[in-house]
Amino acid sequence: MPKRTDIEHVLVIGSGPILIGQAAEFDYSGTQACRVLRSEGLRVSLVNSNPATIMTDPDVADATYVEPLTPEFVERVIAKERPDALLATLGGQTALNIAIGLYENGTLERYGVRLIGADVDAINRGEDRQKFKDIVRSIGADAPRSRVCGTVEEALETAEEVGYPVVIRPSFTMGGLGSGFATDEAMLRRMASHGLADSPVHTVLIEESVLGWKEYELELMRDRSDNVVVICSIENVDAMGVHTGDSVTVAPAMTLTDVEYQRMRDVGIAVLREVGVDTGGCNIQFAVNPADGRLVVIEMNPRVSRSSALASKATGFPIAKIAAKLAIGYTLDEITNDITGVTPAAFEPTLDYVVVKIPRFAFEKFPGADPRLTTTMKSVGEVMAMGRNFPEALGKAMRSTETKVAGFWTGAPDPRSAAELLEALRTPVDGRLYTAEAALAAGATVEQVAEASGFDPWFVDQVALVQEVAAEVRDAPALTPGLLRRAKRHGLSDRQVAALRPELAGEDGVRVLRWRLGIRPVYKTVDTCAAEFAARTPYHYSSYDEETEVEPREKPAVLILGSGPNRIGQGIEFDYSCVHAVMALQDAGYEAVMVNCNPETVSTDYDTADRLYFEPLTFEDVLEVVEAERAAGPVAGVVCTLGGQTPLGLAQRLKDAGVPVLGTSPEAIDDAEDRGAFSRVLADAGLLAPLHGTATTFAEAREIAAGIGYPVLVRPSYVLGGRGMEIVYDDATLEAYIAKATDVSPEHPVLVDRFLEDAVEIDVDALYDGSELYLGGVMEHIEEAGIHSGDSACALPPITLGSGDLEQIRAATEALAARIGVRGLMNVQYALKDDVLYVLEANPRASRTVPFVSKATAVQLAKAAARIAVGETIADLRAAGVLPAAGDGVDLSERAPIAVKEAVLPFHRFRTVEGHGVDTVLSPEMKSTGEVMGLDDGFGTAFAKSQAAAYGPLPTEGTVFVSLANRDKRAAVFPIKRLADLGFRVLATAGTARVLRRNGVDCEVVGKYSEGPGNCVERILAGDVDIVVNTPFGSPGNSGPRLDGYEIRTAAVAAGIPCITTVQGMAAAVQGVEALRRGDLGVRSLQEVHAALTAAP
Amino acid sequence: MTEAILVLEDGRTFRGEAYGKVGTTVGEAVFATGMTGYQETLTDPSYAGQIVTMTAPHIGNTGVNGEDDESRRMWVAGFVVRDPARRPANWRATGSLDDELAAQGVVGISGIDTRALTRHLRERGAMRAGISSESGDADALLARVRAAEGMTGADLAPQVSTREPYVVPAEGERRFTIAALDLGIKTATPRHLAALGVETHVLPSTATAADLLAHGPDGVFLSNGPGDPAAADYAVAAVRGVLDAGRPLFGICFGNQILGRALGLGTYKLRFGHRGLNQPVLDRVSGTVRVTSHNHGFAVDAPLDRPTDTPYGRAEVSHVGLNDDVVEGLRLLDAPAFSVQFHPESAAGPHDAAPLFQRFVDLMDAHRRDGTAVSPAPVVQHSTGENA
Repeated sequence: MPKRTDIEHVLVIGSGPILIGQAAEFDYSGTQACRVLRSEGLRVSLVNSNPATIMTDPDVADATYVEPLTPEFVERVIAKERPDALLATLGGQTALNIAIGLYENGTLERYGVRLIGADVDAINRGEDRQKFKDIVRSIGADAPRSRVCGTVEEALETAEEVGYPVVIRPSFTMGGLGSGFATDEAMLRRMASHGLADSPVHTVLIEESVLGWKEYELELMRDRSDNVVVICSIENVDAMGVHTGDSVTVAPAMTLTDVEYQRMRDVGIAVLREVGVDTGGCNIQFAVNPADGRLVVIEMNPRVSRSSALASKATGFPIAKIAAKLAIGYTLDEITNDITGVTPAAFEPTLDYVVVKIPRFAFEKFPGADPRLTTTMKSVGEVMAMGRNFPEALGKAMRSTETKVAGFWTGAPDPRSAAELLEALRTPVDGRLYTAEAALAAGATVEQVAEASGFDPWFVDQVALVQEVAAEVRDAPALTPGLLRRAKRHGLSDRQVAALRPELAGEDGVRVLRWRLGIRPVYKTVDTCAAEFAARTPYHYSSYDEETEVEPREKPAVLILGSGPNRIGQGIEFDYSCVHAVMALQDAGYEAVMVNCNPETVSTDYDTADRLYFEPLTFEDVLEVVEAERAAGPVAGVVCTLGGQTPLGLAQRLKDAGVPVLGTSPEAIDDAEDRGAFSRVLADAGLLAPLHGTATTFAEAREIAAGIGYPVLVRPSYVLGGRGMEIVYDDATLEAYIAKATDVSPEHPVLVDRFLEDAVEIDVDALYDGSELYLGGVMEHIEEAGIHSGDSACALPPITLGSGDLEQIRAATEALAARIGVRGLMNVQYALKDDVLYVLEANPRASRTVPFVSKATAVQLAKAAARIAVGETIADLRAAGVLPAAGDGVDLSERAPIAVKEAVLPFHRFRTVEGHGVDTVLSPEMKSTGEVMGLDDGFGTAFAKSQAAAYGPLPTEGTVFVSLANRDKRAAVFPIKRLADLGFRVLATAGTARVLRRNGVDCEVVGKYSEGPGNCVERILAGDVDIVVNTPFGSPGNSGPRLDGYEIRTAAVAAGIPCITTVQGMAAAVQGVEALRRGDLGVRSLQEVHAALTAAP
Repeated sequence: MTEAILVLEDGRTFRGEAYGKVGTTVGEAVFATGMTGYQETLTDPSYAGQIVTMTAPHIGNTGVNGEDDESRRMWVAGFVVRDPARRPANWRATGSLDDELAAQGVVGISGIDTRALTRHLRERGAMRAGISSESGDADALLARVRAAEGMTGADLAPQVSTREPYVVPAEGERRFTIAALDLGIKTATPRHLAALGVETHVLPSTATAADLLAHGPDGVFLSNGPGDPAAADYAVAAVRGVLDAGRPLFGICFGNQILGRALGLGTYKLRFGHRGLNQPVLDRVSGTVRVTSHNHGFAVDAPLDRPTDTPYGRAEVSHVGLNDDVVEGLRLLDAPAFSVQFHPESAAGPHDAAPLFQRFVDLMDAHRRDGTAVSPAPVVQHSTGENA
């Protein structure tokens, strides 16, 4: 069936900011979709509030709206663009929810917009649990048995039928309140009676528990001729009970016979047809009872999902791209398989390798958060690795995660006994495979480990196999070539081998020996067909096997090292820069070779770079790729400065190994990171840094603090990205910090910096080529210095800086860039206090703000940086049109719109072990997972849009609750008064109320949390408050006010209302409220904005 | 750990470890791309005489069980895997694959670069090969390989066929009785038919048309099987007799090739064949694409663009492989006979094509009511599993 002729203009909805559970994978899928639709001659409009995405690059869609993803804003885009069709199945749950919203409020009908991909009925059938169960049963398949019960007796009868343990879910309670497991009658009696009381309708669902069953997923696709194919099967190593996003998963399924797999496939296809997903991708989750093979269907996603992205990367079958083609009418047999170029997409990929995905967590960022893995997803990123067997893929995946340990035996031995380890395995947490290995090493059997962990014995046996290989390596009198090869074939890194054979002089010694013996990886190809047909797409992974498939080439290659797993502080922004580098280097005549291990990204799409190596970003793995490419043709060098800290950390070692490192030299990078060297750079340049010192004891720290004056910023010296940073206002807190900071030693002192209170923090992204500076953008933070720059909102152009300030910043940036020796991008953080400019930090690499700056100024900084890395100058780039012919990012027109970046924080995802929320206060430690951009003519409207995009709209009327730290009370009077003048009712705690009343603000006093009934927390939870302003006092660890603040902020998150924690944020919010009340929020495409910017004089 | 070697007739040699029985074997090297179903593959008689390379690296994970065999024994001449499982992990498993291979005398090799071997066979074509875990002398093995018979011209059906006729009863009420010519039949086939109320009388490969029609069956079935269809003239003769009698006829795989030859069409050897569970086949009448299970090294040569005149009326190509346009099914327009090159009985593989058995039943039903019925035009129908 050919393309539909009734569609000419499609609106695509993206997924917005990166959140836990909805991350960069939707940039990948959305980008693919937009490109496909345009290549089919359709006009594409796009709405996505996330500026860090490739999909919001102005050349991906015809009209790109970086506007809040709410039905209201999307409706404005529809009114302006008048698309024929809406494609909402590629932007995650966010896009699907907006589509349903627009359908329900009549917008789609009003504007004659058709939903393509899936209709609302199909979406509802897939998402409504009861409807879905009915569908599953109607096609003769099984779902967990359950019944809604109105009495304890009914609950007990149901449990008898379905068998213990059972799950109890009270109906219509919030956030899973009152749900749990009952293993026997007494427990059920108690829990059911509580549950019936908790439920507003006095019913509970009693459901058969499938906890501990084997968990599988199928990715399917259907076209409008009703052809259905299964793209990939995925088996979870972690059994049911751990969210699949938090599970270690393997593709293809490893422990199913054909009979069982085909049964699963049949059920999946039947469910897909019955739910009625018209065209496109869908994901179905199954549980299998390991005792008898009983198969139950758990749920489906009638859209492209996180697992679809993984399946696409795992198989080479581009699900999102094909889904977009199917949505506009093509059938699977009409679409060519890109990888082979000759066979059709109507087939099922078959794998001759094993794929392992491991999630990456960030619990260290959220002290107090419960680390147990449950059905609520908590991971912030993931890695994928491929190998020719499971141990190889597992080893590569483990070292890809970049956690403290890089595979078995690279950390301290686990001292626990087998019994203790087996007990520990019963609780799902991050890193259980390490515990499983330790348990086996301590003498536990495969059966015991499998029973305790719920892992299939096959997986446990594979871990045992790796352990046996390790034992051979460790115990052999000499490491023979055969043994070393055997170790490599089972996924052991040089570092692991070195840990087992101390006499080999470490990882480098192992590599030297290995190379001398000629034991080198080969590179196989992901080809969708297990080599049945020749692949023309160079999508490679390494394996210690016999035959390599890397083709020779003539053009010089540049390798771009990606950023590895998404984590807090290093996310999609860096992938954006890497993808831009690929494009820029291709334009400059190079063959771009991408190396990365993150399946969620655009950079790991096989058609982004000329060649893709899906490999861990470790020194060993990267060096082998370099060597393989050197064997294939000339290699100009490696770009390490665009993927964040991960590749930056490899630069020096690669250079030492003789690899040309392009752009800023590793030595220069070191200079910027080494405190002593950086002090000398600053002194040379005549620049100031806040006073500082280093301490290894509390006494030393106190002395330094006394010398430079409180407040001070303290942090460990050995971590980057703001980990473990705090602002300390007094000796007592300082002592507590030092006591808490583990690992403090002469090698790892604590850094104590003067904290510049009330300073304006400024972020700068600039390019330098050795002689000329291009100031890409100057961003003014909305929160004062002290909040991690990644967590604070900022505005570009800077809203309060004068031209004198900007000139000072330009001169300082140029002086720094020249003295550090930057060749490419540099990010500098400044603090401006009392007209004095202080340098807080300089990073000679692409920063998190590069995409934001590029979108706000219409200049592609990362592309320019890549070209500088291969020797072009800023003058060259101006001539080539990569940079503007004249001027730079501070010469924006007076009429340039204001762009506001706001951070998105994941607090609602985490709970303490006791089930309370975790604290939402911002600090020098970065906690946000993503960002949004608000773009409008004035600051107030831009800020209001950024808030709407990040948290939902600011209120335009209602009640504000205010509780302020003493030092903030004076500064907050004016904005609070303004809110009162706008008609807001003001609630305040006693101390704050006193100050407000003295200044003529009428307010009602409410009690602190500690003051019993009717207190502020109860009022917030009761829905009496529309916006919370609470500035924290002191640092975590104090009691009293801190604890109150914690409860207030947690309540705000629970109530889903804006919670502002700084005075500056408050002032900005007031401007936003005023803008909303004026009602003048229009939408404007990035293309229009950029045309205006580049046309401006 | 015992070493083993695999030598191809063009001299390429792979060194690995012994798997299954320690010994020496010679056969035609082929690769199969299915990720599941090794037990079905090993016991599929169509693989007789072949050294089968599994492209999926981990083989044996679910062990072996007493339920999934497709015939009375394993038939492969040799078995090549990369990473054999050390233990079975499945609730139905009754033993390990390694032990079962040894018990059934299947010589195998593990630990070699199966992808390199597959690419070699893809480029150079399926060829003779040998595996030895007794001697590491590649030259000696190569001499044996080159002395061995190739697959072209090989008549293997009699070797795998049943010696004595047997009956697979219908499940529930018996609606039809058929005679099945066992050229290497898989147990899944009579099982699918039984579920539709068909009683299957399985006859040896040497059965004549008279044998097949002896008890007045409602239809005749031609099974899958190993070897070169050009060497099975006895079966071609039997099929011509069935066609002459105008009895409904359905063939699968080798049966498709035999029907083709009976119609006067040619057959030829594919370079490396189709062996996998993911092969897209277009049903040219309904326009639907089915993902099907394949295992064939030979194919029928027939024009895709027009019906062919045969002694039994017009024949057309009903199914085409979308990967390479190979003929995947035939249908007589003037007589009640049709066949497919792929495996609607699956085992191993997807069940998408299972409704073809219903099509056979419908044909017999129509023929019983109206002796002039011809092979029915396919109607769009989808399988969600077994055809019951």
